[in-house]
Amino acid sequence: MYAYDEIDRTLVNERVAEFRDQVKRRLSGELTEDEFKMLRLQNGVYLQLHAYMYRIAIPYGTLSSEQLRRLAHVARRYDRGYGHFTTRQNIQFNWIKLAELPDAMADLAEVGIQSMQTSGNNMRNVTSDQWAGVAPGEIEDPRIWAELLRQFTTLHPEFSFLPRKFKIAITASEHDRAAIKIHDIGLRLLKNAEGETGFEVLVGGGLGRSPFIAKTIKPFVHGRDILSYVEAILRVYNQYGRRDNIYKARIKILVHELGIEKFSAEVEEEWQQIRDGVLKLDDDIIEDIRSRFFYPAYETLPHMPDELKQAAHDQKFEAWRKNSVFAHKVQGHAIVVVSLKPVGGPPGDATADQMDALADIADKYSFGEIRVGHEQNLALPHVRKRDLPAVWKALDAIGLAIPNVNLVSDIIACPGLDYCSLANARSIPIAQEITRRFANHDTANLIGRLHINISGCINACGHHHVGHIGILGVEKNNEEFYQITIGGRADEGAALGTLIGPAVPYAEVADVVEDIVEAYLALRAHPEELFVDTVKRLGVEPFRERVYATR
Amino acid sequence: MPLVKGGHIVADEFVRTAEDAELPAQGAVLVSASRFLADPEAVLGRAGGKVGVIWPNDRDVDDLVPHLARLALVALVFPSFRDGRAYTQARLLRERYAYRGELRATGQVLRDQFVFMLRAGFDAFEVKKQADAEAFTETVKRYSVFYQPTGDGRLSALHQRLQLRHSESAGL
Ligand code: HEM
Ligand code: SF4
Repeated sequence: MYAYDEIDRTLVNERVAEFRDQVKRRLSGELTEDEFKMLRLQNGVYLQLHAYMYRIAIPYGTLSSEQLRRLAHVARRYDRGYGHFTTRQNIQFNWIKLAELPDAMADLAEVGIQSMQTSGNNMRNVTSDQWAGVAPGEIEDPRIWAELLRQFTTLHPEFSFLPRKFKIAITASEHDRAAIKIHDIGLRLLKNAEGETGFEVLVGGGLGRSPFIAKTIKPFVHGRDILSYVEAILRVYNQYGRRDNIYKARIKILVHELGIEKFSAEVEEEWQQIRDGVLKLDDDIIEDIRSRFFYPAYETLPHMPDELKQAAHDQKFEAWRKNSVFAHKVQGHAIVVVSLKPVGGPPGDATADQMDALADIADKYSFGEIRVGHEQNLALPHVRKRDLPAVWKALDAIGLAIPNVNLVSDIIACPGLDYCSLANARSIPIAQEITRRFANHDTANLIGRLHINISGCINACGHHHVGHIGILGVEKNNEEFYQITIGGRADEGAALGTLIGPAVPYAEVADVVEDIVEAYLALRAHPEELFVDTVKRLGVEPFRERVYATR
Repeated sequence: MPLVKGGHIVADEFVRTAEDAELPAQGAVLVSASRFLADPEAVLGRAGGKVGVIWPNDRDVDDLVPHLARLALVALVFPSFRDGRAYTQARLLRERYAYRGELRATGQVLRDQFVFMLRAGFDAFEVKKQADAEAFTETVKRYSVFYQPTGDGRLSALHQRLQLRHSESAGL
């Protein structure tokens, strides 16, 4: 955990005071809606289909139990008793009243939670691996760097009015859980031949209307230079990024139009002028940030405690353990992923009661810490293996011992037409229907790891392009249709999915998914071959045939 | 539009001159970039008075750099408050090219941008709304903590913490 100090708290409180004044000026008519819009977006406030929507940042996905309880309080006091965890390590509340927003913000500020730059054309919440600091084999805790970047990006006086939004993600593991290749800037921590810490820097990734996988702009930037290098990229983007067309304003288009060589030459030229300036990080500064992360005092524990051996006789426990419990860097400990994808439920939703209960579980079994991942699931990062049976029971009591992590019903979905004013089609009911179709755990297990991603429009909030199966809502003659892609992935081998054929109507989507899965089961080389690997080996054709032969 | 300088609403001494109008012989003038660049010497060589240039936000400031020492004012433009290119221009002028004359924000300048503008190096503001101009002093005091260093010399939070730590360990 990173602990806010007086300096961080002061800034957040000053921000809340400023927003309170802005809301007051809006309500009195002193500010026009056009003027206010930019200001509220910079504070995470959207005007949605039914009400104001409020988006809160969870930097690099780390939450304390106290913070989670406070989110529960906001859900209960200002909303309708639940919140929605998103693919951007944010949580959204859908029914907040404008006049009450400053109070909600002030309540959150007390525990070091804020919503600065969770929307608008600025640098957004810096995201990272949700297992940061506990994943075995990582270079080092990427959150040290994510925190340096969080501070650098917050209220940056030059880059708060960019051509378009800007997202930075960072990972320190070989297996990329932060989806860095679909971000404006992706950072991969590594050590060079001299053993120094630095980054491979990628740029120009993103989904939406024109999806791109990020390209490497520099294979190694030393840690001390990372802020100046990011500033150089942003400065080039701020000056030359397109502002004439909102659909072409993202940095991916600039990189694409200039070509990565020309773009990187521009950045290099700028960087050489600033790299030895005020942004250079010395060891003292890095160490100071490092010292403000607290790590649990882990005990020395057996790899296979008796409690776990005994519980293994319980089939339900085993089913859950097999796909929810992951290796931890410290022996005798484990990472527990808490699926927020119950059969028939909206992906990513949690009730206030669940949040409170989970905070209690975290206090008892995970050193008071919770993580939020881009798959819209939560995780308990430091569970003693001997406590796993108890954790499972406690999760079961609140309906969160759902044994489907990474399985076909662990669906990522945007809010779609149920909440979003930009949607062309529903997302949540499609997800709900698919989870019902694959409710049988044995079938899902047989299928293995398979990621379904659903977006209600081309903006791609549900990351449909990089779903193993991607589902995109489109509108045809006032009816909801869905384009289906397969073979996408968001990890270190990131790839965009391929369209399998014409869009299908709402009522047929779940059938099509079933057809694709059946085709896979018949086509895979062996039971361990993942769906995406089968698609890679065979291409989309056999799947296309299976789906459209009868339609 | 009210002009705020040094924290106060002041009268603008610069006279904007239309593209083809003759330059007044005396007094401070503010001319467009295109007029200025067409013949810098003609503008700068007038006998009496300061010169300012309005620099558009899509033009490289490099073209202005050779003349900076002789300019009393550079006015940068915010055609809309959403367009932040002039922030970059301001920082380049101040931090890279050490421009020390008046740096003025013009266009859609609202109180909610004052802090960003000050930090980027602006020291004069043509404010759109009278009420915002009047609220200047109060508004710029909104923030006392700044996360990132810029050329305005304010201590970033990172450095502030180190200082605190050092003074603690020195027993101060
Ligand atoms: C309900 C209100 C929402 C609105 C109005 C909204 C709007 C948008 C828009 C317009 C974009 C495209 C921007 C661009 O490419 O320039 C976008 C992208 C994105 N949104 Fe949302 N969104 C909403 C909710 C969500 C939710 C709930 C999630 C997560 C579940 C989410 C995650 C994302 C992500 C990850 C992207 C980036 C896709 C990419 O890489 O290009 N958004 N959103
Ligand atoms: S993908 Fe479209 S429908 Fe879904 S949340 Fe984003 S903007 Fe709304």
